Amino acid sequence: MFDTLTDRFDAIFTRLRGRGRLGDAEVAEVLREIRVALLEADVNLVVVRDLLEAIRARCTGAELAKHLTPAQQVIKVVNEELTVTLGGEALKISYASKPPTVVLLAGLQGSGKTTASAKLARWFRQQGRHPYLIGADLQRPAAVEQLRVLGAEIGVDVFSEPTDPVSVVRSGLAEARRLGRDVVIVDTAGRLAIDRVLMDEVRRVSEALHPDYTFFVVDAMTGQDAVQTAEAFHQALQLDGIILTKVDGDARGGAALSVKQVVGRPIAFLSTGERVADFEIFHPDRLASRILGMGDVLSLIEKAEREYDEEVTGQTIERLQAGTFTLDDFLDQLRQLKKMGPLTGLLSLMPGVPKEVRDAKVDDRDVGKIEAIICSMTPLERTDPTVLDGSRRLRIAHGSGTSTTEVNNLLRQFKEMQKMMRGIGPMAKLMGGRPGNPSKSSKGNRKKVKGGRVTPSSRGLGPTR
Amino acid sequence: MTLVIVLIVVAVALLVSAGLVVSTRSRRGAALEGRGAPQPGTLPSTASTISAQAEPEPSPRFEAEAARPVMRDRLGRARGLLAGYFDQVRGRKGIDDATFEELEEALILADVGVATTTRVLGDLRDKLHSGALSATDPTALLQALQDDLVAMFDGDVGSLAYGDGDGPTVWLFVGVNGVGKTTTIGKLALRETESGRSVVLAAGDTFRAAAGEQLESWAERAGARIVRGSDGADPSSVIFDAVQHAASRRAGLVLADTAGRLHTKVNLMDELRKVRRVAERPPGQLTEVLLVLDATTGQNGVVQARQFTEAVGVTGIVLTKLDGTAKGGVVLAIRSELGLPIKLVGVGEAPADLVPFDPAEFVSVLFG
Repeated sequence: MFDTLTDRFDAIFTRLRGRGRLGDAEVAEVLREIRVALLEADVNLVVVRDLLEAIRARCTGAELAKHLTPAQQVIKVVNEELTVTLGGEALKISYASKPPTVVLLAGLQGSGKTTASAKLARWFRQQGRHPYLIGADLQRPAAVEQLRVLGAEIGVDVFSEPTDPVSVVRSGLAEARRLGRDVVIVDTAGRLAIDRVLMDEVRRVSEALHPDYTFFVVDAMTGQDAVQTAEAFHQALQLDGIILTKVDGDARGGAALSVKQVVGRPIAFLSTGERVADFEIFHPDRLASRILGMGDVLSLIEKAEREYDEEVTGQTIERLQAGTFTLDDFLDQLRQLKKMGPLTGLLSLMPGVPKEVRDAKVDDRDVGKIEAIICSMTPLERTDPTVLDGSRRLRIAHGSGTSTTEVNNLLRQFKEMQKMMRGIGPMAKLMGGRPGNPSKSSKGNRKKVKGGRVTPSSRGLGPTR
Repeated sequence: MTLVIVLIVVAVALLVSAGLVVSTRSRRGAALEGRGAPQPGTLPSTASTISAQAEPEPSPRFEAEAARPVMRDRLGRARGLLAGYFDQVRGRKGIDDATFEELEEALILADVGVATTTRVLGDLRDKLHSGALSATDPTALLQALQDDLVAMFDGDVGSLAYGDGDGPTVWLFVGVNGVGKTTTIGKLALRETESGRSVVLAAGDTFRAAAGEQLESWAERAGARIVRGSDGADPSSVIFDAVQHAASRRAGLVLADTAGRLHTKVNLMDELRKVRRVAERPPGQLTEVLLVLDATTGQNGVVQARQFTEAVGVTGIVLTKLDGTAKGGVVLAIRSELGLPIKLVGVGEAPADLVPFDPAEFVSVLFG
């Protein structure tokens, strides 16, 4: 795993303890680290250079705030610069006064245009529109078939015919008008930016369509080449926005920054998964943290939102409010966690997880052990662990194929956790009593996240195993 | 185990908090199952359909060319950006820090990555200091760099292995979404049938809409047989059926497609492990597990290669879409970190454009 920027900076800044300002030498060293981090995140070299200049200007001689360490301070500056670069004006879709509003998607092969087309159609329908899909990718075998299947899945009609892309979009547009659809989304074949013939073709498609929006679809895993490709497409098509796909992987997504910088148009949407529902409006601040490898609480929350069973969570919250969090609840939570993927993956999403914890070898099979231990307990033992005497513990150890030491360990940690949860309980009550105020609750939540982290990890990190 | 408990506690605290937000927002709930889970309505493996195309219909566009195209011919048009850097280095009288800066930028722009670039250039500096290289001859320096990069691929052969036993040879294709797995299989099928082998395609991508259709149209072109499952069927079962089918028909080669998957999806990687286990079961002889990698991929390519290798033991890499402006330098990082050989390179849309990897050509193209 990459060291996060914070760790690297900390190493540099331990040397300037006691000083209130950043000198040129420190700034230069820090900038080198930032450069490597950005390049590792696939931000284009040229874009990195511009960014570093901006950061240098803001860091040199800057007064250090009292409540932040120098490392945090620089990170803050970098994060802000990235957010500004990524953000700027957000794309606001304004619909054509004379429908339909035409949207054209273009990009390299395999960037995810066909899938993005369907997802975009679904998004428009959620906005109360009546979208229509045109499959103008006549190049790749079965591309239109793919669009038709996806269209059927989301209940949006798909138009295509085996002629040539320009006539397909002409008749498709006429058909959309006849049917009274107000949004038309056109999927095109993937093409290389240096392929003259195909770039010319997509230009002709664009001329025939007069699209209101032309989106460039780009894979989040793209490397340095993103800039050249985006430039070529921008030249040919006058892009209006960017759709970043495959964001659900672990690529840092620096390409987004490069493309944004080169094209100067906003990143409009993120495609975040394989299901048609995995599509969202872009938030610059989150991607900035991700490029820096700083963890992403908001994404974690959303992941939880997606994978967590609301009913189970609801029960847990009730227990929390009542102050009775049992091993059964713990087991439920554990199983929910398992659904979300390996622990290490989740940890990488959390900001500020101590280095020792992050680097520790975590064996996910241990999760299974814990599950086995709890499952070997009787219902009484689960609700009231105080009844667990030596012989019960031995039975549990036998039953779960573990040792009594492991059982004891679990119980001790669980006790710690109960204490912590009791701290959360009243807060939960507070928030539960105030529904319909999400901004407030998410703020409270973030604060709590931090509290919840510090307590157990600082306490429990003694000798392991 | 203590550590794991601590981690769970941390995570639970976080997630319970997250859950609170969810419930206060009272948004959509219903945990969504990963697609690896059995779904009602999917058909068992016996529902695989087997179709065979007796007569290939070679479309003019896909007719193989007589001579094997070399990478360089195809890539000539994509030079430019990097060539400028190297020209600049050549044009200078001596070698100084600026020289190394330019080399570094060129390699990074080719997606070689910071770590590998630093290492390669460090070696070069050492040679310079030890006197093995003249400090006044930039051309020799560039040559030394090229040689070093070519040497990184020492021992690679751009050919794919066939089993020597009785059963059909199986080549398994894996990779993230949209890298060109199905297309690569199609082109290889054409190549292999032309060289007289009897080929069976296993349409193991049962997830992406119309992936089977895409492979079927390639099967038609190549005159290969194809074994398909129903949409959403277990890919292992499709591949099992394909191997059985190949064995009973005495077909020599099975090309097994799989659905694109991000290496971060645990359940999908588990699914792939199972696919591999089934593919290597006799009579099948699994000789190649090929990771298909898009040349535009940046540093994430290294992570992909590592994860896929851990899961299914990748034997080599197919680098696709090298005919664009991307240089595919990430394979250098992969080679240096994981030692994986590059086997095939895709340099164009035509079937003949899938060519064996040649380190010297690859590096010389990198240098424009």
